[in-house]
Amino acid sequence: MPGRAVARVGPSWVAGILPRWPYGRKRTLRRFVPPLALLGAWQVASALALVDPSFIPGPGTVLRAWWQWMFGERAALSWYSGTWFEYVYLSARRVLIGFGIAALVGTMVGILVGWYELMADLIDPIVQWLRPIPMTAWLPFATFLFGIREGAAIFLISMGAFYPIVVNCTAGAEQTPKNLVRAALMLGTPPRKLLLRVVLPSALPFVFTGLRLGIGIGWVLVIVVEMLAVKGGIGYAMWTAYQFVRIDLILASMFTIGILGLASDRLLLVVSRRVLRWSSGLKAR
Amino acid sequence: MEQRSQGALAGGAGGIECRSVRKTYRDLSGGTEVLALDGLSLDIAPREFLTLLGPSGCGKSTLLNIIAGFEKPDSGAVWLDGRPIERPGPDRGVVFQDYTLFPWLTVQRNVEYGLREKGLSAAEAAGVARHFLELVGLAGFEQRYPHELSGGMKQRVALIRVLAIDPQILLMDEPFAAVDAQTRAILQEELQRLWLQTRKTVVFVTHSVDEAIYLADRVAVMTARPGVAKAVVPIQLPRPRDATSDAFNAYRRDITRLIEVEARKVFST
Repeated sequence: MPGRAVARVGPSWVAGILPRWPYGRKRTLRRFVPPLALLGAWQVASALALVDPSFIPGPGTVLRAWWQWMFGERAALSWYSGTWFEYVYLSARRVLIGFGIAALVGTMVGILVGWYELMADLIDPIVQWLRPIPMTAWLPFATFLFGIREGAAIFLISMGAFYPIVVNCTAGAEQTPKNLVRAALMLGTPPRKLLLRVVLPSALPFVFTGLRLGIGIGWVLVIVVEMLAVKGGIGYAMWTAYQFVRIDLILASMFTIGILGLASDRLLLVVSRRVLRWSSGLKAR
Repeated sequence: MEQRSQGALAGGAGGIECRSVRKTYRDLSGGTEVLALDGLSLDIAPREFLTLLGPSGCGKSTLLNIIAGFEKPDSGAVWLDGRPIERPGPDRGVVFQDYTLFPWLTVQRNVEYGLREKGLSAAEAAGVARHFLELVGLAGFEQRYPHELSGGMKQRVALIRVLAIDPQILLMDEPFAAVDAQTRAILQEELQRLWLQTRKTVVFVTHSVDEAIYLADRVAVMTARPGVAKAVVPIQLPRPRDATSDAFNAYRRDITRLIEVEARKVFST
């Protein structure tokens, strides 16, 4: 159909990794209108001084501050100059390490709890009793335990991301179709191998849902923990900007974290679409 | 355990004996016990094609699941070549009504699955899989995933995935119930052809009288729940059978009459 033509850009290896842009020209345009309109409205409001620019700065001011934060000269006390890449690295590293631990442990524990009754009885109560404690409530204790160091950040992020992963993996393993298990046994799979041959692949859609929720929580917690318990990172910058009343840098930090969160989520989505090619036909849309 | 019967079946290749098999279920909605099989006894000879015919909910599938080793009878016993059936295994290939292919595996990998479990090398398994895929006209579909296939194609994959591991017995639970009438006729013919070539013992559950007569050496007509074998009708017609012949019609009339009585019982309760 004309107008539904889907453009592929860049070299072919890019096309192999990136998902196909699913929208035609008309819908592509349509989807860019609202965000651009919002930005425009913000610019207009600030240019006409509808809001006090010293109270809420316009997009231009934010961009200039952001630029300096990225590429400005490093100086002893100016945390807002030339530190952006380092702070992004610090935050991303904390999220990735914490999330990595959560993904590994959460998937293993979740699948085991969902499949083996014994594991469910031994582990599930602990998870369910600890889960209602908000991760922010762990902050003082974690800081006390680890000090103002990386450990506190990794602990909170991995624990926070662990819950959605473990809950989803448990649900996925519990919902393994009975007949698939029977089919595997009938075809000669020994019962102890069912976990890897049937339960895990069958639960994969749930696993990825858990991972996406988990990494989202990771970004939430990295901000919280950087504001209060560790030095450096986007959350640290944001809190410092607040103390110096640099609203432009607060907004730049917010955009930064938004972009990082979006990028990591899209990345996971691409991976999950690849891994779950086989399940695309099970969806209604 | 009951005393082991020493009929001609013991020691045979793929003979099944069901003795006074009783099985109850807990009805999930009402929480009441439902008697699915009430002391069913039935012998299935090696290399025989037997269809289990009966109204819905008469325990046909229950019996199949017990022979497959998926479920255990509350009392009574089922023997395979004189040995009690304890668990599922590759000597009894099951073809499910809903195909039950592994959705995350390609057609090729689905067919290879049981072969790899048997210990065949990747190359050997691929060779056997290719042979069977060609046999049912699925060459060229190796790399498709099950959700990309039609119902008839899925059921062919389900059938050859089992035939590939060369089981003694084939257990089929209304395998063609979910496909359209034309495909169904083709699949019946294919199954008959494959069976004539391999001569496995087949237990085939269906609620279609025509299908039962077309395929079977003997048709076991089951009573409404609780199920027992009400009559076992040998079909003495040469294969392939003509569903429009007078002889076929006579069987159809007799068996339909047997079934109708049972179907009415279901509605009167």
